[in-house]
Amino acid sequence: MTNSFNEFSRAKMFMVIGSNMTEAHPVAATFLKNALLRGAQLIVVDPRRHKLAKMADLHVPIRVGTDIAFLNALMHVLIAEGWYDKKFVASCTVDFDKLAATVMRYTPEYAADVCGVPMEMIRDTARRIASVKPMMLCYTLGITEHTCGTRNVMSTANLQMLLGNIGVECGGVNPLRGQNNVQGACDMGALPNVFPGYQKVGDMALRAKFEKAWGVDALPAANGLMIPQMMEGLVDGRVRGFYIFGENLANTEPDIRKVEHELASAEFLVCQDIFPTETTRFAHVVLPAAAWSENDGTFTNSERRVNRVRTASAPPGQAKPNWWIFKQIARRFGQQWAADSAQEIWDNEISVLAPQFGGIKYHRLEGDGLQWPCPVEDHPGTCFLHQDGHFTCGLGVFTPCDWTPPAEVPDEQYPLVLSTGRRLAHYHTRTQTGRCEGLNEILGEETADISPADARAKGIAHGETIRVSSRRGQVAVKANLTDEVPAGMVWMAFHFREACANWLTNPVYDDITMTAEYKACAVRIEKIQSDR
Amino acid sequence: MSENVFTLNGNEVDFQPGETILEAARRHDIDIPTLCHLAGATPTGACRICVVEIEGAETLMTACTTPVVKGMRVLTESPRVVETRRTLLELMLAYGNHNCAAGQAGGENWTAYQLKAQEIDGDALCPAWGDCKLQELAFRYQARADRFVLTPDSPPPELANPMIVRDFSRCIRCGRCIQACNEIQVNRAINYGYRGSDLKVVTPGDFPLANSNCVFCGQCVEACPTGALVDSKARYRWRPWKTEKIRTTCPYCGVGCQQWLHVQDGRIVRVTAVEDAQPNQGRLCVKGRYGYDFIYSEDRLKTPLIREGEGFREVSWDEALDLVAERFKEIIAASGPDALAGVSCARSINEDSYQMQKLFRAVFRTNNIDHCART
Ligand code: SF4
Ligand code: FES
Repeated sequence: MTNSFNEFSRAKMFMVIGSNMTEAHPVAATFLKNALLRGAQLIVVDPRRHKLAKMADLHVPIRVGTDIAFLNALMHVLIAEGWYDKKFVASCTVDFDKLAATVMRYTPEYAADVCGVPMEMIRDTARRIASVKPMMLCYTLGITEHTCGTRNVMSTANLQMLLGNIGVECGGVNPLRGQNNVQGACDMGALPNVFPGYQKVGDMALRAKFEKAWGVDALPAANGLMIPQMMEGLVDGRVRGFYIFGENLANTEPDIRKVEHELASAEFLVCQDIFPTETTRFAHVVLPAAAWSENDGTFTNSERRVNRVRTASAPPGQAKPNWWIFKQIARRFGQQWAADSAQEIWDNEISVLAPQFGGIKYHRLEGDGLQWPCPVEDHPGTCFLHQDGHFTCGLGVFTPCDWTPPAEVPDEQYPLVLSTGRRLAHYHTRTQTGRCEGLNEILGEETADISPADARAKGIAHGETIRVSSRRGQVAVKANLTDEVPAGMVWMAFHFREACANWLTNPVYDDITMTAEYKACAVRIEKIQSDR
Repeated sequence: MSENVFTLNGNEVDFQPGETILEAARRHDIDIPTLCHLAGATPTGACRICVVEIEGAETLMTACTTPVVKGMRVLTESPRVVETRRTLLELMLAYGNHNCAAGQAGGENWTAYQLKAQEIDGDALCPAWGDCKLQELAFRYQARADRFVLTPDSPPPELANPMIVRDFSRCIRCGRCIQACNEIQVNRAINYGYRGSDLKVVTPGDFPLANSNCVFCGQCVEACPTGALVDSKARYRWRPWKTEKIRTTCPYCGVGCQQWLHVQDGRIVRVTAVEDAQPNQGRLCVKGRYGYDFIYSEDRLKTPLIREGEGFREVSWDEALDLVAERFKEIIAASGPDALAGVSCARSINEDSYQMQKLFRAVFRTNNIDHCART
């Protein structure tokens, strides 16, 4: 996020696109709702008429996967009408011409057709976002989980730069991160192309810096593989040893049958986790780890805030902190790592090696933590990025993007689009929430959320068990008739194994980030004949 | 400086324009008791416990709703104020089931009350014992529970959902839960219903919470000053004098809410929000508040395991780690370091991810390290 949660309740205008905030980021949503009570405006762009959409001044129900066409059309109107921030564009950005050339082709007429919303609604949206400044833009996985995810993200940034809403309080581009420490895992360099602090592995000087710090030579220069490539490597033998720490890939990755085939092909699989999962079934070695609140450490939230995690109780049996396990393996390769606690790892290594964290030390994290960038020890941290139009690399660059449809679109055989997401009471594959007293009582099973119209066409009743199938698999699941879902769409989550949406989802990826298209694939729904 | 000044308990102090008497007093470390006042919500003046005496004013005024005016002379603990507060508290104690020692004096009525309360609660003390604003103020103002006629029976507590117990017999109708629900979390599940002495906090149609808009964020429990709303999972288990509070960060979504873990005998027995903390400012959702006990599940992995045929064999750390190192070394020797790949965890702490990428880069010599940035 370029901005912070504490700005939400003061914001005057929001555009929330591809984010079911009240369920996926409930507390963030409360601040947004507080702003609405104080008179702020809200535009929700989402195929589903979810809770937040019902509270919105304007709900724009675009078709799944048409975000770029919609955003480009907004920019088309803003430029054509001269409603954009000319001063900001002139002084803080480059390549406006290129953007203008691209979006000129996205007339409201054209976008209305692609997005399935009235032309006037697109103009109305443009008018509204141009009339209140700043506007805060929030998005979640509805933007990123597409084959065009990277271009979706760039389009949101283009829009905010065009409106001059970058580098200001209560504005900005704000992706809410799904997992508690996705931000942190990225920051720490658990990525194939960067060291901690986003320092490129391809840069010789940076490699030299890490070689010196780690007391090694010849760190690898070539970018590594991303998860989908690793998984494919298990089958073709390029990857022979696979180490999975804490992820239940067998349920979270698209197309479970394919994933399980890949995991089963692993020559040597190590799983480090707190519970046996569908994934650990394939392991050759399973290492028991300490869980949240069983050891000290830090998480970094969506607003780049580094906060402490503290020990409340001891891990069960012989379970050990993860950092300890990695250290023991390093020792067996002849490397003696000095740090012997999370604090020593942070204070003596991370904060020394990553410039953004230079000023963050454990003793400064006692209260509300610190938001990076925080380069030196007397720096207060950073609430919002790009202040006064100063981008990390000079000027903000417009990157015009063209719309492309999802890889698989409905056809005669599979006439509906399946989109997936999360529900309030559970978290991911329920390895955690499924084991908390009471949460299963609040939500005990998966449903396929469908529109009353589609249900009627198939003679499906509310609560009836139906079959949902795609080219990859099928599940039997209870139908949930709801007006939140538009006709032509099925909506499911992946909290429950049996009816997990990932039996159905499509393993196709964004070229750059390799994020899977969880938000769109083609499915069919049917009654289950009771001849058994 | 002489501009914005008023007199508080005989001392001249400053105030900021628009500030209420309560706010100004708190800033000057004068403690005015409150029950219904909820930070971040519109003051309602419902409970009147914060009354103060203002020179020249005929009636006592509620400090939480009355703005300071220049030159005003305010007394926060005058005999009249104290007497009024005591009476208000005694009326509250008389309505419903307040079986703690608050009503020391105890006539026959009180004993009967204690007995009835025990029928509901078993031998346990009120679940809010020691964390009850009413109890605290009853002691402070020496309120007696037997000065007024006690109201007859109240309905048994609502237990029809897994998270929140509603016990109207302990409700003082201060309305904080309503504000927490409507103004703080904006879930709009509860409001006042019925009138006069029947006044009650209800869902639309007065259905149980389970059949309402309630999302079980538990903000109402956090706001309740008495034992009318309690966390089911902590009821009769959590006792404030036995617990240690440890601050931590929620393990679920990317908001990163700050929590108090209430730890008793080495176990988390309750979770509440850290008031005034960033980013959540005293709020939590259903997962953050109630999703803590998975760590105590019997299913936890407790020993290293090595595959043997279709199953696993329990082994020592040394055996497991030796095998991992040996196999990885073989693979590197035969096929090079890029034949290894690893996935880190987006839920675990920063330090774990740092160590894992260091293991892959500095020890194995491959950049094949990634994590689920995507799901
Ligand atoms: S309490 Fe809820 S909103 Fe806050 S971090 Fe946890 S899961 Fe997210
Ligand atoms: S606290 Fe002021 S009226 Fe209740």
